Amino acid sequence: MTTALDDTADHDTAPGGAARQGAAGLPRLLPQAPEDLQAHLSRYGTVPYRGRPKILIGDVEASGLTGRGGAAFPVHRKLAAVAGARGGRKVIVANGSESEPASRKDELLLRIAPHLVLDGLQLAAEAVGATEAHLYLHAAPGPQILRALAERASRRLDPLPVTITQAPPRFLAGQETALVNRLGGGPALPTFQPPRVSERGLGGAPTLVQNVETLAHLAQIARYGPRWFRAVGTEAEPGSMLTTVYRPDHKTEIHEVPTGLPIRALLGDGQETQAWLVGGYHGAWLPLPDAAGLTLDRASLRKYGAAPGAGVLAALPADRCGLAETARIVGYLAAESAGQCGPCLNGLPRIAAALNELAGAGHRKQTRADLERWAGLVTGRGACNHPDGTVRFVRSALRVFAPEIARHARGQCAARNRKPFLPLPNRMPTSEQDWI
Amino acid sequence: MDLKVNPIACTGHGMCAELLPELIAVDEWGYPLIDPRPVPYTLERDARKAVAACPTLALKLVRSEEPARST
Repeated sequence: MTTALDDTADHDTAPGGAARQGAAGLPRLLPQAPEDLQAHLSRYGTVPYRGRPKILIGDVEASGLTGRGGAAFPVHRKLAAVAGARGGRKVIVANGSESEPASRKDELLLRIAPHLVLDGLQLAAEAVGATEAHLYLHAAPGPQILRALAERASRRLDPLPVTITQAPPRFLAGQETALVNRLGGGPALPTFQPPRVSERGLGGAPTLVQNVETLAHLAQIARYGPRWFRAVGTEAEPGSMLTTVYRPDHKTEIHEVPTGLPIRALLGDGQETQAWLVGGYHGAWLPLPDAAGLTLDRASLRKYGAAPGAGVLAALPADRCGLAETARIVGYLAAESAGQCGPCLNGLPRIAAALNELAGAGHRKQTRADLERWAGLVTGRGACNHPDGTVRFVRSALRVFAPEIARHARGQCAARNRKPFLPLPNRMPTSEQDWI
Repeated sequence: MDLKVNPIACTGHGMCAELLPELIAVDEWGYPLIDPRPVPYTLERDARKAVAACPTLALKLVRSEEPARST
């Protein structure tokens, strides 16, 4: 089950190698070429196990590392919750499902630095006292990760064997509770919390789920310490992060950048660009030129209701219709509702239809009011954050593309190019089987 | 106490809103909109009845962080 990028979308290249950054010591995670075990060990040395559980958690706390899968939750708190949970059996999962269709950074990381991720998995497993380790992947495992696991097994490097499970190509498949359901043999559907998976996860065992990039950072913090980690990035949100960048010139790139980097360093100065999308499809559109001075950190983005998320950044070219792009993406998000919660099941398709109407020529008078009401009705009423994230994206579009809405109401559109810009999976969900 | 609904278990029967209109309304699709504030003491009995009447056991009364309103 692979999810290829939509080849009708207009981008010259797939993500390539790591780009060099000006900041000292970057990139930290991405070597210029894939590294085998020997190259990895000669660069980083052996895995610095602490000898017993919990010891590493203090360093992780001091580093300020937060989850790089999108939610930016403090990593040490999840580690401490699972380390402190009762029970002999504990589970750790490296989450590489990368179910955001526009994000490609985890795939690249697993391809060119698989050993850093696997080091982090084993180190976090030691820290929480895990007895079982999993790797959850978006597509069938690539040759690099399989080779990395084989190399480590033949050297008996790892205390815990790693079981690979493939995620279905669904937007919500990487959500923590959906992941736990899938690993348990069921469909990758979210469940209602509490209990949190850190208390009761896979098979009832306390379960730690961390994004693969987060684990790679953790492996470096274990080696070089928190002070080294904090040498880049902002004081409040330290370190570096991987980003998937859709540039206005239709190139897609993966960059490792310090948090707090001016966004224009990645997306350009705004010439030929009408808006930026930050944080992926649960993220927010930012207006230009108003937002041109913003930096890539939560503190800076907060006033626009945005956050860096999993590092998806896109510059919408001036010749596209932001309304049409938003309607297309929201149609996808509505189809990706798990359909379990009434407000999301009923609200998202209506919101998508209303956006389609706004993106067409002329709309009924009540459509804007309907859209506002439905946005309010779905917010905070799902078991997972899918309705809230979708509404965040929609509301930002209504603000940023307000002039375009007025134009469409008069039967006009400013776009000269109708080709889809933002990527979507080729295959839209069709059946219940797609969740397996 | 707070009223909480498990939105996955809830199928929109609407029994809760009928039994406790003071705190629960239904949206245009029939799903409950619950007053987020703590349940007043005077309505706790009715709230328990609404919880017991939910056909899918989606509605729960849970201990709240804030004290109940006296009204």
